Amino acid sequence: MTRIEHPAPPRDPAEVAAEAERLEKVWESPKGWRYWSDVNNSEVGLWYTLTAFGFLLFGGVLALLMRTQLAVPENDFVSAEFYDQLFTLHGSVMMFLFAVPILEAVAILLLPEILASRDLPFPRLSAFGYWCFLIGGIFVCGSLFFDAAPTGGWFMYPPLSTDERSAGIGVDIWLLGLSFIEVASIAAAVELIIGVLKCRPPGMRINLMPLYAWYILVVGAMILFAFPPLIAGDLLLEMERAFDWPFFDPARGGDPLLWQHLFWVFGHPEVYIIFLPAIAVVAMIVPTFAQRPIYGYTWIVLAAVGTGFLSFGLWVHHMYATGLPSISLGFFSAASEAVAIPTGVQIFAFIATMLLGRVIFSVPMLFVTGALAIFVAGGLTGVMVALVPFDWQAHDSYFIVAHLHYTLLGGMLFPMFAALYYYFPFVTSRELSRRPGVIAFWLLFTGFNVAFLPMHLTGLLGMPRRVFTYPEGLGWDGLNMVSTVGAFVFALGVAVVVVDMLRPRGRQPYCTRNPWNAGTLEWLTEVPGKPWGVRSVPEIDSRYPLWDQKDFVRHVDEGRFFLASAKEGKRETMVTTAIDAEPIQCLRVPGPSFIPMVAAIFIGGSFIFATFAWYWMAVASGLLGVAAILAWLWVGTAEIPEKAEKAVGLGLTLPLYASGPAGVGWWAMFITLLGDATAFAGLVFGYFFFWTIHDDFPPALVQADLVQAEVGLGVAWPAAGVALAVAGWALTVLARWGNRRGAIYAARLVLVAAAAISAAATAALLYAPYAAGLEPTAHAYPATVWILAIWVALHLAVGVIAQLYCLARSLAGRMTAAHDIDMVNTALYWHFMAITAAVHFAVVALFPLAQ
Amino acid sequence: MTPRKDSLWELIAGPTIWSVYFLVAYVAAAIVCAKGGDMDSLRIAILGLAVAALGAIGFAGFDAWRRWRRGHEAAPPHDDDTAMSRHQFLALATLLLCGLSFVATLYVALPAAIFASCR
Repeated sequence: MTRIEHPAPPRDPAEVAAEAERLEKVWESPKGWRYWSDVNNSEVGLWYTLTAFGFLLFGGVLALLMRTQLAVPENDFVSAEFYDQLFTLHGSVMMFLFAVPILEAVAILLLPEILASRDLPFPRLSAFGYWCFLIGGIFVCGSLFFDAAPTGGWFMYPPLSTDERSAGIGVDIWLLGLSFIEVASIAAAVELIIGVLKCRPPGMRINLMPLYAWYILVVGAMILFAFPPLIAGDLLLEMERAFDWPFFDPARGGDPLLWQHLFWVFGHPEVYIIFLPAIAVVAMIVPTFAQRPIYGYTWIVLAAVGTGFLSFGLWVHHMYATGLPSISLGFFSAASEAVAIPTGVQIFAFIATMLLGRVIFSVPMLFVTGALAIFVAGGLTGVMVALVPFDWQAHDSYFIVAHLHYTLLGGMLFPMFAALYYYFPFVTSRELSRRPGVIAFWLLFTGFNVAFLPMHLTGLLGMPRRVFTYPEGLGWDGLNMVSTVGAFVFALGVAVVVVDMLRPRGRQPYCTRNPWNAGTLEWLTEVPGKPWGVRSVPEIDSRYPLWDQKDFVRHVDEGRFFLASAKEGKRETMVTTAIDAEPIQCLRVPGPSFIPMVAAIFIGGSFIFATFAWYWMAVASGLLGVAAILAWLWVGTAEIPEKAEKAVGLGLTLPLYASGPAGVGWWAMFITLLGDATAFAGLVFGYFFFWTIHDDFPPALVQADLVQAEVGLGVAWPAAGVALAVAGWALTVLARWGNRRGAIYAARLVLVAAAAISAAATAALLYAPYAAGLEPTAHAYPATVWILAIWVALHLAVGVIAQLYCLARSLAGRMTAAHDIDMVNTALYWHFMAITAAVHFAVVALFPLAQ
Repeated sequence: MTPRKDSLWELIAGPTIWSVYFLVAYVAAAIVCAKGGDMDSLRIAILGLAVAALGAIGFAGFDAWRRWRRGHEAAPPHDDDTAMSRHQFLALATLLLCGLSFVATLYVALPAAIFASCR
């Protein structure tokens, strides 16, 4: 790879312009109604951000209704029932439809530009995630207008959420609507992890990577291990609600605490999942306005990675009051205190950077300092409630409401407002106004503190959360009124921001390029913006290339770096190695398509129909969704390029096709399967959880024939199932081996055999609990065995589809010996299936024998 | 001296050991408290395991410190475009994460030293 010479010889301006024109044509958005088929990260990221922002406003209105109700004692502004809907939706919307999605939205918008990449590796997956989010979000929020919103609180504890008298269809809407969105989050996590690790510009070694990318990498990994347990929990709760499988019913061997575990194994890391990407933006803003490199880069990496790990050891601190053994509470209390260390470290690093530089107090910086002040206050009360005895006093009181809003608004909302002001010119080429920005900040900062500071006191004076009204004279009246006033001042601040954002700015001149004089790559963006992400993919040798690298912007603009043109008329981006970012592939990424939207509509339909218990419709819609996804894979992935390699500029030639760990698809499969395995682990956790609470497990039960007998799954059928599954795996691996060695016909035959045997494995695993006469509604044990069997069987069925897909690709000439991405990825899927089947066998068949 | 190949797995050695320790301690305590078992042996086991975990984290940290010190750059920020700078950055980050994991492991072991029963 040659480097650019200094001074660089002049280039022919006509040639440069022709390149730019070609590039723009390849990347521009479709016109008219086809605009909505676009998958470019700049468009999808923008829709995603605006939609999430819309949900923020919706959730905010719900909060104002609640504060209005609570302004005076014995108020009858809303009914108790409606108030329940309000607080449930407020929490759910803010967490699931704003906080988590906006991180994905902003990352999809920013990450490729921060990494000077043309796009993320799977643009259609981003689009699919967006459409899932939009459909699920509208479905969940819409329920309020039919008086059908969930009422169980944002954590939806059973038995409140399983009792037919207290929980209507709202709970189903919540469970299915949000599960659907969680799938989109996992899709985003896959995209972002691979984006950070494989799509950095050449030369951006891991020690030069912008901190935002570090945080996003950590958060992607956290999503992968945090969201699946909730999906497992959602599955169990919905099975109980829809089919009376008693996972959470103590009368039939269930336990509501299992839900709390599965929910909070998700719920606590989730707090950091939304905090870290927001603080990541702070890590981008602070150096810009201190006009110097960040101080303590390594320490901030420590904070991001350390928080990512420790945050998984905190979930029980939401469950201190449930009567768990005190030694267990001790472990979680200890971890909850320990997480304050990395959290504090990064804040000290930001403060140090500000002290070492000459801080320019612009509007974004104002929001950053406000965020840090509020977050530190929330962190301090966090250290208090992490202590068990104090938590027992404050539990479920307004003290907790105050604490969580200080952490979430300080740690997430204020940084997001900072990001809004900071990145507005990046997106629109125009700045937001300074004066209204300053006014908005002070309204928000004052309003927030007036609203939430008194709540600490209200809580300590004993006011519980989630009450729709309260009697006069308990000392809460004045404090509540102050909180309500504060909430409206805060809302006024939001209104100022929204007006400034939405007002027409046609006559406002464009801002200068890189208006804040920042040092990071996203500010290469042209004014007005261009669709291509970056004019040419640069070679990086500094953490702040715009500050440090000589003639950098000019060289990028003159197309002197990589991929300056798109000769073949295809969208292309670079793939590099994870540690040192050495270029290894020129990746063709797919262009606009309606398929992701169609797939999201059908998959969404299957969830929505299931809510109303229209199961045949749900199955039909789900099958159409699977068909859409297969069509998407068929036409849009693992395409065999017209030539093996391509010259990408600066004397470098890169392959256009890469299968196995060198390719991005393999990593996507691997990461998805890690998440999937985590969901399976959640179900296995449920099995052993029931084992710990029952003296005999499998239990002695009165079965339908009224004979009390030890029920159990037996060994024969599960053994047959696992043996067939392992055979299916072995044949898949054999097919991959044969195909790669050119034995195409033999490989096809082996694939046919593999699919037949794997289908038999699916049947055997499902037949096992049936043959044993296990009645899933009788007790939590048979229900758990059934759900594990169904889970594994469904996965094997997907494996069969993958095997047949490979066969079809081979027959169609879309998969060859040298171009075997599909086959390699299918084999990887089956590695996981072999392990899953073996674990399943050990858990449901062997473990009971060891009792 | 050219640094050897680095991997991100080394970076998370410390926190991974902490995670395994935390999980084992939590699961062991949950089973003993639910199913019945000798509390004293549980506490000794958890504390013994803590010593092992601290030893492993200490070793990983010491190894990282050695790698960091052997580099050319005396001090951070390790922001040069060289393999050595990258190597030293990763070694230092590993060292810091081991320090955090060491403290977190000590914290988590404390309850086993204090609580004598499941109540």
